[in-house]
Amino acid sequence: MAAALINVPKKAKRGDVIEIKTLMSHIMETGYRHTTSGKIVPRDIITSFACRYNGEEIFRADLFPATAANPFISFFTIATESGKFDFEWIGDNGFSETAAASIIVE
Amino acid sequence: MRFAGTIALASLLALIGALAGIVIRPLIAAEIPSTERRSGYTFMAPDTKAMQDDDTVNPGMLGVLDGETLWKRKAGAASKACADCHDDARVSMKGVAARYPAFDKALARPVNLEQRINLCRARHQEAEPLPYEKHDLLALSAFVAEQSRGMTITPDTAPELEPFVAKGRDFFMHRQGQLNLGCTNCHDDNWDKHLAGSAVTQAIPNGYPIYRLEWQSLGSLQRRLRNCITGMRAQNFDFGAIELVELELYLMTRARGMPVETPAVRP
Amino acid sequence: MHGRNTSTRRRFLRLAGSTAVIGALPIVSLRPVEATPETMATAIRAVVGGALVQTGKVKLDIPPLVENGNTVPMTVSVASPMTANDHVKSIHVFNEKNPQPNLGNFFLGPRAGRAQVSTRVRLADSQKITAIAHLSDGSFWSVTAEVVVTLAACTEEVI
Repeated sequence: MAAALINVPKKAKRGDVIEIKTLMSHIMETGYRHTTSGKIVPRDIITSFACRYNGEEIFRADLFPATAANPFISFFTIATESGKFDFEWIGDNGFSETAAASIIVE
Repeated sequence: MRFAGTIALASLLALIGALAGIVIRPLIAAEIPSTERRSGYTFMAPDTKAMQDDDTVNPGMLGVLDGETLWKRKAGAASKACADCHDDARVSMKGVAARYPAFDKALARPVNLEQRINLCRARHQEAEPLPYEKHDLLALSAFVAEQSRGMTITPDTAPELEPFVAKGRDFFMHRQGQLNLGCTNCHDDNWDKHLAGSAVTQAIPNGYPIYRLEWQSLGSLQRRLRNCITGMRAQNFDFGAIELVELELYLMTRARGMPVETPAVRP
Repeated sequence: MHGRNTSTRRRFLRLAGSTAVIGALPIVSLRPVEATPETMATAIRAVVGGALVQTGKVKLDIPPLVENGNTVPMTVSVASPMTANDHVKSIHVFNEKNPQPNLGNFFLGPRAGRAQVSTRVRLADSQKITAIAHLSDGSFWSVTAEVVVTLAACTEEVI
């Protein structure tokens, strides 16, 4: 199902500092909740997020159970050249999602 | 004391109405006058408002996007997608959420948006109903309702709906449960005060399905109502119960004139 | 609103099941092992080592009175020219009362242009949040904010 909502400006001038906003669907189960029978609901979270700009990593984050569900992360980067942003989320239970966005830099 | 006055006034008006041979919808003195009605949005902290205002950060939009995918997906024995009959939702679904719940002639009762979606699935797609409060139904109803975003809520005034609205209003007004609380005691008499740390709103459901921070997910109006009824320690209803639809119907009359905010963000 | 009273109340209110949405067995949120200011200090030491942490340069934008502790918007920013010679390498955010001391680690660099990250976190109780920035010259800078967290008035759980 649609996992990610990415917001990257479609166009920018070379040298502009642009904001990138990302939203990913994920329950971020903390691993601290219990069923009424006392069993722990196992942890199931995204543990890391990374963004590559034309292949080079420009931002990375470690996420924890303290990150709210449907993690929202926004950060900045300098628009250097036209190309592609690749986003990757990795987490427990083999969770792995990617998304991409393009930008025209003039 | 105000309640006794309400009953007296209602009886008086009913009497006048009966004498005049006209059916007057009783003016319940406790209801918030239309000039003072405010969306739940106005009670929120600035950070929460900001979450709703920006589609790029609103977590409810994840559901809307999923709903858009589901809209185009073929389903059921008839192998039809919503789009096959309704085409572009931006056109065909515009205004729908602004006038729901609506009267279904075949069932002779009002149905809410989720039930309408499931009726369509049964009648036209030959598909199983989507379970209440699970991802797919929430996503589809969020997508459909979002097409009415910004539009003014104009509940249907069909005469067939009146007895159901009246039942919904009765439920809202009467005291019940272990706390002997009526919805009106908070939402008409004490809005803008606080219950623990939370602002008491006017019970105007103009943004459903909402992304509720407490739930950390999208959820329907019926989930919120069941939540409230649990909080009141009163007898609850199952999802889809007619009593909940009647209550939704009444609540939407309170929302008359307000803009649709789906997908709203609420604490 | 601080300390034991709030946590006992939270444990009591959270005791019975959760919504049927989750699955067959209801889920509760019993108050588990708490982080403490000591745990936070240990987590900070793991990042900073024995280095001096100075106050300044870092700004923590988080509502002082939180609307709902389950989803708290937070923005951390650091005053820095973000050049190749003078930039923020990473930002680490900690808390003192969640079950776990970390709120997030963010890795930047000169390509960032602006040292500012926003996210949403969960806060279990009223507490101090500390953000520490690691600069390219090896120095550490920090800021601390106090946040008040109240419970939602009505839970969904049937008690």
